[in-house]
Amino acid sequence: MNNTPSKSATLLLQDGARFYGSSVGLDGITGGELCFNTGMTGYQEIFTDPSYYGQLMVMATSHIGNYGVHADEVESDSIKVAGLITKSFSPYYSRAGQQTGSLYDYFKASNKIAATDFDTRAIVQYIRDNGAMNAVVAVGDYTLEEMQAHLDALPNMKGLELASKVSTKEPYFYGDENAPFHVTALDFGIKTNILRNLAQRGCRIQVFPHDTPFDVLAATNPHGFFLSNGPGDPQSMQPQIDVVQQIIHSGKPVFGICLGHQLIALANGLPTFKMHNGHRGINHPIKNLETGKSEITSQNHGFVVDKAALEAHPELMLTHIHLNDNTAAGLRMINRPVFSVQYHPEAGPGPNDATYLFDQFLTNMNQLN
Amino acid sequence: MPRDNSIKSVLIIGSGPIVIGQACEFDYSGSQAARSLREEGIEVTLINSNPATIMTDPVTADHVYLLPLTIESIEHILEKHNIDAVLPTMGGQTALNLAMEADKQGLWETHGVRMIGVDIDAINITEDREEFRLLMQKIGVGVAPSATAKSFLKGKEIAQEFGFPLCIRASYTLGGSGAAIVYDKNDFENLLSHGLEVSPIHEVMIDKALIGWKEYELELLRDANDNVTIICSIENMDPMGIHTGDSITVAPAMTLSDRTYQRMRDLAIKMMRSIGNFAGGCNVQFAVSPDEKEDIVAIEINPRVSRSSALASKATGYPIAKIASKLAIGYHLDELQNQITKTTSAFFEPTLDYVIVKIPRWNFDKFEGADRTLGLQMKSVGEVMGIGRTFQEAIQKAAQSLEIRRNGLGADGKGYTDQDQVMEMLANPSWNRVFVLYDAIQLGIPLRRIHEATKIDMWFLRQFDDLVQVQRRIEAETLDSISRGLLLEAKTKGFADRQIAHMLHTLESKIHDKRMSFDIHRVWKLVDTCAAEFPAETPYYYSTFENLGGAKGLPMVSRNESVVSDKPKVVVLGSGPNRIGQGIEFDYSCVHGVMAAKECGYETIMINCNPETVSTDFDTADKLYFEPVFWEHIYDIIRHENPVGVIVQLGGQTALKLAEKLERFGIRIMGTSFDMLDLAEDRGRFSEMLHENNIPYPQFDVITSSNQIHDAAKRIGFPMLVRPSYVLGGQGMKIVINEEELEHHVVELFKDFPGNRILLDHYLDGAIEAEADAICDGEDVYIIGIMEHIEPCGIHSGDSNATLPPFNLGEWVMQQIKDHTHTIAKALGTVGLINIQFAIKDDTVYIIEANPRASRTVPFICKAYGEPYVNYATKVMLGEKKVKDFTFNPKLEGWAIKIPVFSFDKFPKVNKQLGPQMRSTGEKIYFVKNLKDPVFRKLYSERNLYLSR
Repeated sequence: MNNTPSKSATLLLQDGARFYGSSVGLDGITGGELCFNTGMTGYQEIFTDPSYYGQLMVMATSHIGNYGVHADEVESDSIKVAGLITKSFSPYYSRAGQQTGSLYDYFKASNKIAATDFDTRAIVQYIRDNGAMNAVVAVGDYTLEEMQAHLDALPNMKGLELASKVSTKEPYFYGDENAPFHVTALDFGIKTNILRNLAQRGCRIQVFPHDTPFDVLAATNPHGFFLSNGPGDPQSMQPQIDVVQQIIHSGKPVFGICLGHQLIALANGLPTFKMHNGHRGINHPIKNLETGKSEITSQNHGFVVDKAALEAHPELMLTHIHLNDNTAAGLRMINRPVFSVQYHPEAGPGPNDATYLFDQFLTNMNQLN
Repeated sequence: MPRDNSIKSVLIIGSGPIVIGQACEFDYSGSQAARSLREEGIEVTLINSNPATIMTDPVTADHVYLLPLTIESIEHILEKHNIDAVLPTMGGQTALNLAMEADKQGLWETHGVRMIGVDIDAINITEDREEFRLLMQKIGVGVAPSATAKSFLKGKEIAQEFGFPLCIRASYTLGGSGAAIVYDKNDFENLLSHGLEVSPIHEVMIDKALIGWKEYELELLRDANDNVTIICSIENMDPMGIHTGDSITVAPAMTLSDRTYQRMRDLAIKMMRSIGNFAGGCNVQFAVSPDEKEDIVAIEINPRVSRSSALASKATGYPIAKIASKLAIGYHLDELQNQITKTTSAFFEPTLDYVIVKIPRWNFDKFEGADRTLGLQMKSVGEVMGIGRTFQEAIQKAAQSLEIRRNGLGADGKGYTDQDQVMEMLANPSWNRVFVLYDAIQLGIPLRRIHEATKIDMWFLRQFDDLVQVQRRIEAETLDSISRGLLLEAKTKGFADRQIAHMLHTLESKIHDKRMSFDIHRVWKLVDTCAAEFPAETPYYYSTFENLGGAKGLPMVSRNESVVSDKPKVVVLGSGPNRIGQGIEFDYSCVHGVMAAKECGYETIMINCNPETVSTDFDTADKLYFEPVFWEHIYDIIRHENPVGVIVQLGGQTALKLAEKLERFGIRIMGTSFDMLDLAEDRGRFSEMLHENNIPYPQFDVITSSNQIHDAAKRIGFPMLVRPSYVLGGQGMKIVINEEELEHHVVELFKDFPGNRILLDHYLDGAIEAEADAICDGEDVYIIGIMEHIEPCGIHSGDSNATLPPFNLGEWVMQQIKDHTHTIAKALGTVGLINIQFAIKDDTVYIIEANPRASRTVPFICKAYGEPYVNYATKVMLGEKKVKDFTFNPKLEGWAIKIPVFSFDKFPKVNKQLGPQMRSTGEKIYFVKNLKDPVFRKLYSERNLYLSR
């Protein structure tokens, strides 16, 4: 480990709050919406999750980097978070195999910024109490003015459309060519583990850019549609909401996750709103109201579907609730094979308790085809 | 589903006396369970033969039976009470075995009692290693190649098939009795016969040893609706090959990727579901191959609350036993509340933003001749837990909690410096494992070599290495030159002021001043189960050091979460890790002290570092600081909280020995003053006092150098009792019969306890021993109990069988005991508790020693007489009450016998002869109506063995 006294790092929040840490050698200045994740494992999956695009990530757990990174444990092709703030960043790691490397090298290779020695718990508490907001982290020699200028240039998350930044530019296929089911997916920032889960269950998925018109999608004549997760405010995505409406009316099975779930809700006229500080972790309790069983889930969302409106909607049914704050976590259309959840049944990272939802999608496709 | 209303009365079975492998963690779980059920309006009946427990207190249960854990006792209870259900999962293997035996005999069925929280088939499967292996194969969970042998011949065949190294484990035993790793045929044959012998069903399991595989544990909870949650993941820093009870363990798991962790989680849930349907806790152990395959193999599954569940509860803040009890009576997890946040669901997985490290506490010094190498069989007698924001801080705090005269890792001049010796110790781990790792790095032994010798994951070794580097950097500085950054770094990495002082050749207080001048302040964070995602209510704190931060316009500070109230406060110092001579009895006293102080209107503050205890339950004191009972931590808490005073009388020697420093720093000690505490410990002053009061005592001397031996021996005469001053449990105590022996022992003691004084007492051969415990307010004295030892003088009081009240002391002797107790208690200005030990020879009562604190026998006396003496004594200490304010009403028909319990089965080669060094690990209580009782008669007849020696 580097034995010279480390340079300092400063985190400046939109409301003027400041926190101090030190450098691990991944210096620079970066900013975004400051959010935290409480997961104790799965940092690499989190950093590469497109839903975190542009966010400044505070990891609540003490040590980050211990087991390095692994070529297979990615949720997209690159690091999506804007920067990383830790309590203790491990420059060395311990994991056998040719496909592993250090988190330090991984960040260095993509010119990403990370810092250590922050009181991450104090930052989590600050966001918890004051709400999610934009922030800038500067590691190295930066003045407060430079940081402020950087901060002022950041867009506000509310009303921000981000799917276009992370969606694929060209359609592509995933999975076995001879797979029995064909799924057409709209990519708003799709996590690779969703594709893995579908492929494992006998799906070949054709993934389309976020702004693909409905007739192009319909022309693929799939067994079912999948609406992916992704970053940003769903209310800013009117063209996609319109497409989702058409998809729903196609009568085909539809499965939505996270942003996909919110778009299904919006397409049905339900409002969504920005949460105080969102759900970001891998220990979130969900109750399935249809089976009465509960599951521990992986979550990452800052917007949520209005529960009262959902319950009042004649064509929709609330299927899942979050046990901590009683927010809406899943819905189903009563007369259509359409369902969605706010959380991440594909895990990566997190528990596999909810993978039955993929089976349910498969069942729907089986029944209707 | 809400709770099952047909359950109105529940029987909880305790775990009996403390033995190695089954310690006071089951008092913690039993007490929690009882409280949890009573909250629901359920009548709780409790059976346990261990009197030194909180669970057997009237405050815990409706009906308490201090009876032997036998079928007869259970039958007796079932006849007297209308019990609906029995909860056998809170009392370790002992309770489970008893419940199963009762089930076999049809006892539950006859009395219409349901077993809750457990499934008999599940126990059978998990206890029978062969069935377990077959089941795991059936559900597709990997296990190490293994087979069972019921005969010597079969065992040898298996060995031939698998090849060495192998593990041998005896079926149905506790704490790995009879388990060992074998590398060759000769050892194998010996251990095979031993294993077959110790297993109650004469069966051993032979596994292919997974040496060097990483070892993990998961703690699970499941409800009747089959909802499962993982409360905690624990990584054993010591890989496979060392019993988890003897391993240094870390939570959360440090070196597992999410993918491998989730695979392990899925396997654990699958395993729990496969063994049966029961609502409650479960512990699963896994091994993971250290190669890129990261193969996961199941080691074992325990369908009950375990030692690790107690650790997991303290590590996460999630009260496993409390919730498991609610699940046993029908609740579902999603119907219950998170007990810490009080706003979120109990169905969730705690997440940590700190690290805990558990280090076991061994007592090999009490088992001369024992094999001190750690292996498959558990040998530790207690444990400590350190909580820090990082692994480094947590392990340093754990090391500071051990009370083995170390200040943490490194920097105390006590490290090993011989390379060959260090390499040897790395290969053969023992009690000093964690220190040796540090020393090896400090010596410059490459991490690779250390890894090869220990198989400890390189990530941990790098963490140690980083600590050594910090020490080197500090050593290159002086008190004047050290920077704020470096000092803060050292503090965040857990180095104590004392260690830094050692590195800079200065005083602890100078480092304290230095950090004040740099504005480096200890802050306290909350254990909240949720990494601060939600606000939490529960006042469970640990300390750390942090970088600065804060809102705009406010000064930048390290965020502190422990808000000081304006109520008058009192601090109770806990007794630290359990060890022989200072065990659960002291936790009993601390817990009652806390409750009494609360009754007097004080805000109570508990400081302790033992995760097995009730005192470190966040429900016990108003504020819990889970911290080392180590000066620096205590002092900072006291400066922060500014209490009225500190109670040092309840936490054994651990707390008492801090009195001097408290006094020096002007902090008020509640009850007996420091000067008087010191008088009792100072042999010279104490004897002068006895002399002035015409109280006889054996001839004695205090020496500070071996040159004084000759003169002292002449004056005192042999036989002689030799011991260092200020120790507990007879540590280093020995009876010598001639000058040669005396000299040898004294030289040893000066080596082991440098700078200490050594006490020489004339030994009253063949005398009878007795002891008295009393409460005194400075003026009035009330003797709460007098106990007579059945064995003659020479056997440590903790190891003697004893009766309450005495069984054959004459009136004249009793009068002397009472008079002396009154005189001494008053002469010492005792305000609180005092324990006095006597030797009686030729009808004269001599004083052996006086302990101005709650003694080991206090809980026993409270239980035998059914009186809350610690509560009374605490109120006296606090000055709230006088002795004459209480109406004493002891109830005891006949006699209560205190029977010590030993754990010698863990040390087969050790000489079991008893002497002045205490060696028992626990005790039980046994009531007799008259002295014709066969149990008493047997004990009494055995005393002659000692007399004839």
